[in-house]
Amino acid sequence: MSADTVIETQGLRKVFGERVALEGLNLVVHRGEVFGLLGANGSGKTTTIRMLCGLLAPTSGQARVVGYDVMRDAERVRQRIGYMSQRFGLYEDLTVLENLRFYSGVYGLRGRAASERIAEIVEELDLGPRSRQLAGTLSGGWKQRLALACATAHKPDLLFLDEPTAGVDPASRQRFWSHIGAFAARGTAILLTTHYMDEAARCERLAFLLTGRLIADGTPDEIIAHFGQPTLEAVFIALQAQSEAEAA
Amino acid sequence: MTLAHRVLASPFWPMLRKEFIQMRRDRLTLGLMIGVPAIQLVLFGFAIQTEVRNLPTVVLDESRSSESRALVAAIENTGNFRLRGTVDSREEVRRQIVAGKAAAAVIIPPDYTDDIKHGRTATAQVIVDAADPLASAAAIGGASQAGNARSEALLGANRKLEPPVRIRVRPWFNPTLRSSVYIVPGIIGVLLSMTMVVITSVAVVRERERGTLEQLIVTPISRTGLLLGKIVPFVLVGYVQITVILLLGRLVFNVPILGSLPLLYAVALPFIFASLAIGILLSTMVQTQAQAMQMGFLFLLPNILLSGFMFPREAMPEPAQWLGAALPLTYFLQVLRAVLLKAAGPESVWRQALALTGFAFGVAAVAVGRFRKTLE
Ligand SMILES: Nc1ncnc2c1ncn2[C@@H]1O[C@H](COP(=O)(O)OP(=O)(O)OP(=O)(O)O)[C@@H](O)[C@H]1O
Ligand SMILES: [Mg+2]
Repeated sequence: MSADTVIETQGLRKVFGERVALEGLNLVVHRGEVFGLLGANGSGKTTTIRMLCGLLAPTSGQARVVGYDVMRDAERVRQRIGYMSQRFGLYEDLTVLENLRFYSGVYGLRGRAASERIAEIVEELDLGPRSRQLAGTLSGGWKQRLALACATAHKPDLLFLDEPTAGVDPASRQRFWSHIGAFAARGTAILLTTHYMDEAARCERLAFLLTGRLIADGTPDEIIAHFGQPTLEAVFIALQAQSEAEAA
Repeated sequence: MTLAHRVLASPFWPMLRKEFIQMRRDRLTLGLMIGVPAIQLVLFGFAIQTEVRNLPTVVLDESRSSESRALVAAIENTGNFRLRGTVDSREEVRRQIVAGKAAAAVIIPPDYTDDIKHGRTATAQVIVDAADPLASAAAIGGASQAGNARSEALLGANRKLEPPVRIRVRPWFNPTLRSSVYIVPGIIGVLLSMTMVVITSVAVVRERERGTLEQLIVTPISRTGLLLGKIVPFVLVGYVQITVILLLGRLVFNVPILGSLPLLYAVALPFIFASLAIGILLSTMVQTQAQAMQMGFLFLLPNILLSGFMFPREAMPEPAQWLGAALPLTYFLQVLRAVLLKAAGPESVWRQALALTGFAFGVAAVAVGRFRKTLE
């Protein structure tokens, strides 16, 4: 694994009972890259991210994340990654600030250092107006930004965002992407999943999963060219139709 | 990093703080944690209280005088005895009690009246079927009350050192005298055990159900930090429960507090801790809050049956005794009863305290070991 890669997997596989959720995934993500993981519902995106975060043990295969083996050195990996789960996972009965204080505390920030980091992130993600509101009463866009804030409280090198903009209005999505751009500009690598092809087009590189198999990866332009389709959306639909035809 | 730095930087602190905030916000649960034991104690306590009154009682009056009749009246007036008639012989007393027709008997010997007239202490006897653990307390309480009442009536202002009337209680069938007072301290242990186990397992499983655990365990938080932060607030809840039950027991049911409260509270710590650790252990075996509740109640059953709370352990078959010995409640009950009812000091309860400490550390180690920072 070169110093330039933050994720490198070899033959990563996950089986739940009889169901193969992910089959032999080989993936490389570079430092500072915004990487999009695409695929239909149930294609294995969340399963992939969970294994890369050490939340699920791979059935077989290997994964190195930020330079460490995810299973053997899970705690080292955890210090340097941030994760935003697909389902909102913050404490709804805590306020925005309390959630932030909790997560910065869990990452080891105390006293002045914690207050300064929280102030910085509240400012950057513009959470000030809602800082004393209970997280459970926030609307979708605010929840998403709070989750991003908590996932980045410790300035991770690598950020996993599992459908960060699902159910978020277009203006909030726009804003969310400008935050993502800012993190990437500072050298944070980002691996995200999305069902929005306009967002996919903004990623530097993409990977397509089809029922647990990686069927293509490359820049958006490479992928469009590779499949001979006019847009990413068209690629997605064509791939889906093809897999359904094969299944039938 | 020095030890102090490491302690300060432990994720235990943010976890603890978060749990307290959440506890404060969840007023209903907090209220239930304290209110439910209180309500259960009162219900339980009253159920026991009604049972210990009105013991069916027969009288063997061999003195047959106004003095002896006054004593019988005094005994009846305590309300603990309900007279079912008179008998003529000790043999008949025995038959009535063995047959279960009477739970107690008053025996007034022939020289009772003479003794009073000559200024000697007159002795009467109350026999109680102590196989019914609830009956003996009523008999003892009622007998001494009646004895005092008669003594005072006879003495008036003229106080002597020796009371003129003494009533001896002779328990039959169960000379160790398990009484209702014996059961109320047990309720502290049982309620505490139940709520502590259920609260923690539900609290951990709730994080899993709500999806907050997934977000939490991708952080470098240590398992010990996470779990300790989670349970320490409940230690306080446990102490509040003990205090509420003790106060209610004292005020409503006259449960005595003869021994040292600091000692009791000190021994309660490993017990509470062990119960919380069991809760965490249970949480690692279930998926949903409903399952956690069911497991909690399942755990309660052997605690009620085998710990000595309801039935004396000495009377159990050996395997049941071994099972009971594997329950922290068994030891805590012994401490509760010894300290509250017999004013036992550290020298009599250190073995149990040691056993409880062993449980606390042992179960905690297993629970932390079983708790995984993964979703499987
Ligand atoms: N814990 C689990 N137990 C059993 N099967 C699972 C489990 N988690 C995921 N799966 C299955 O694995 C497959 C991949 O699921 P995964 O959640 O990774 O898909 P996804 O690409 O994230 O889908 P979506 O777009 O809906 O989020 C699905 O068929 C799913 O049903
Ligand atoms: Mg998913």
